[in-house]
Amino acid sequence: MTTNYREIAANGLWDQNVVFAQVLGLCPTMAVTTSGTNGLGMGLATMAVLIASNIIISSVRMFVTPQVRIPVYIVLIATLVTIVDLVMNAFMHDLYKVLGMFIALIVVNCAVLGRAEAFAARNTVVASAADGLFMGLGFTLALVVIGLIRELVGTGTLFSQASLLLGPAFSFLEITVLPGYGGTLLMILPPGGFAVLGLLLAARQYMEHRIAQREEAASASPLATA
Amino acid sequence: MNFEQLREKIGYHSVLLGVIGLATSAALALANHSTLDSIRAAEAQDLQNSLKQVLPDGLADNDLLKDATEFTRDDGSKVTVYRARLGGDPKGAVFKVAGRGYAGDVVALMGVDVTGRILGVRVIKHQETPGLGDKIEISKGRWITAFDGKSLAEPDTAHWGVKKDGGIFDQFAGATITPRAVVKAVKGGLDFYAAHKSEIFTKPALVAAKE
Repeated sequence: MTTNYREIAANGLWDQNVVFAQVLGLCPTMAVTTSGTNGLGMGLATMAVLIASNIIISSVRMFVTPQVRIPVYIVLIATLVTIVDLVMNAFMHDLYKVLGMFIALIVVNCAVLGRAEAFAARNTVVASAADGLFMGLGFTLALVVIGLIRELVGTGTLFSQASLLLGPAFSFLEITVLPGYGGTLLMILPPGGFAVLGLLLAARQYMEHRIAQREEAASASPLATA
Repeated sequence: MNFEQLREKIGYHSVLLGVIGLATSAALALANHSTLDSIRAAEAQDLQNSLKQVLPDGLADNDLLKDATEFTRDDGSKVTVYRARLGGDPKGAVFKVAGRGYAGDVVALMGVDVTGRILGVRVIKHQETPGLGDKIEISKGRWITAFDGKSLAEPDTAHWGVKKDGGIFDQFAGATITPRAVVKAVKGGLDFYAAHKSEIFTKPALVAAKE
């Protein structure tokens, strides 16, 4: 079986994007996207878990029977998240203090279980790792976009406290777009997350619709394009 | 019997689940064992850093983490008190206080000098609303420094509250519950210090007693 990596990448980033297309993992999405930095941190942590869980699950897929696959996957994912949590707490303590509360949330991200079910259980280890990488990237992208919009409207900044997450070298990312802006609390609270997600989903639908229309028009009148 | 047939047996499922459970438990035990010391060290370092923030430089020359003692509050909860000494003389005490905020407990570390004046307060744990209640963090605002130098005598009991309640401490626009919880917790800390003042610096240290 040949693996189409281009398709894996396209699926992860756009066609099957965890947030915008599958609409999975909304609990962490809503909870942490109050700023671009938080979204980035959560996205990267989830990506690490996704890659690792996809690799482990695809490598034991021969032994796991369909009847008990769900408990097996859940135990494996929970173990993995706990180990990531412990290792980060021990060896990346400053980063852990910023991301710590997000890590446990990854267990309840059904996107991880979803990829185990939909992809890792049926594909090779390398393809599963690639799927984890691109699904994780797509998730990170979605969280950063939602986080940045909420942050900009909510507090008038972009990537505030990015240097806490990525190190002092990244302090250039921290931009105050609207100095002296009082902030819009609603955007920081959960309703803001739902509103932004809804608008983004609508925008995506609109774009897809337009593309489909254009393709239809092109195929309906082949002479016009010839 | 080949593997395909074996997979269909009910016993295979049980054994599989058992093996997975055993393997993951072993992995967790191993991870826990190999990170325990580093996590403890990092947490001790955190505590040390927080202690430094609520005590002025040069106030103490002892290792506060080793000069800790434990008290039982009126409500039965335990509180660890770290004692600052300079050349053996008591200089101040640091302990945790907690108050019920808008979303869960707000935990703060406060330093008090021997006369009962506040040296500093830092919120170390909370789940308050981002952008509203989180201004109690030193990284988000200077509000928490309003406690520096305050004591039970200054302001008097009637003024130990947020401005909305007739006190002297600012509340934030849209968030009164959070600052109210912190003010109440700090006041409670001062009461605790006053009530135990005579024994705070004489009680034997916890760690020393264990060694």
